[in-house]
Amino acid sequence: MERKTKIHAEEGKQELMITREFDLPLELLFRAYAEPEIVEQWMESKVLKLENKKHGSYQFEKTDAEGNVVFRANGVIHEFIPNRKITRTFEMENAPFEVQLEFLEFEKLTDDTSKLSIHTIFRTAELRDQLLKLPFAYGINMAHNKLQEIVSKLK
Amino acid sequence: MNLRRDIFQAIADPTRRAILLLVASQSMTAGGIAANFDTARPTVSKHLRILTECELLEQKKNGREIYYHLNPKKMKEIADFIEPFRKMWDERFNKLEAIMKKYKKK
Repeated sequence: MERKTKIHAEEGKQELMITREFDLPLELLFRAYAEPEIVEQWMESKVLKLENKKHGSYQFEKTDAEGNVVFRANGVIHEFIPNRKITRTFEMENAPFEVQLEFLEFEKLTDDTSKLSIHTIFRTAELRDQLLKLPFAYGINMAHNKLQEIVSKLK
Repeated sequence: MNLRRDIFQAIADPTRRAILLLVASQSMTAGGIAANFDTARPTVSKHLRILTECELLEQKKNGREIYYHLNPKKMKEIADFIEPFRKMWDERFNKLEAIMKKYKKK
């Protein structure tokens, strides 16, 4: 598979840029963020609330097979400009991460392709790195120190 | 996502990490690797298959024997801590793209 998603995270900075080009017209890409029933499909979360307007708010929730909540996030929408821009906050509930500020920009590339840029600002660089490491930590949490040694030798 | 082929899932298992450590110093046959463990041979074979599927191990034929050796390129991927984060978003966006393509046809 082609690597379309790019992450730009400069060392020591409290910001993060995620960019991705889609084989989708701009309007369809934007709908994936605007319509709750579509958000639910690709985020694999339940949309409890999604008010797409200035001063609106949203809340997503993910439950396991037994119905226990494994993840819940919420935020406030500051700007909602169809097919162009969403500015919002994002906060994971019951997690050691503080609130983030997100700027989502939607761009038309051609009639059939589009680009999404997500610029996220954290309170500190440490908080950003913690979030970046989350999927990594999940996979490697039990990894042996020795394995780390081998990896560093291969560098 | 196929968890079997997920590199981080692969190294989450202590036996598989031990196998990688063994093979790191020299290529070995399945039998040679299994001799280092108390677990049953089919269990070791299963671990070898998973490690091969996610490309952490590579097979090389030498006569009738198949030798396993470490794939340094894939091991480096583990060292890059941002890669799993990128992959997570890439998979999420692939899903978004696939779902929206269905809307396109409507």
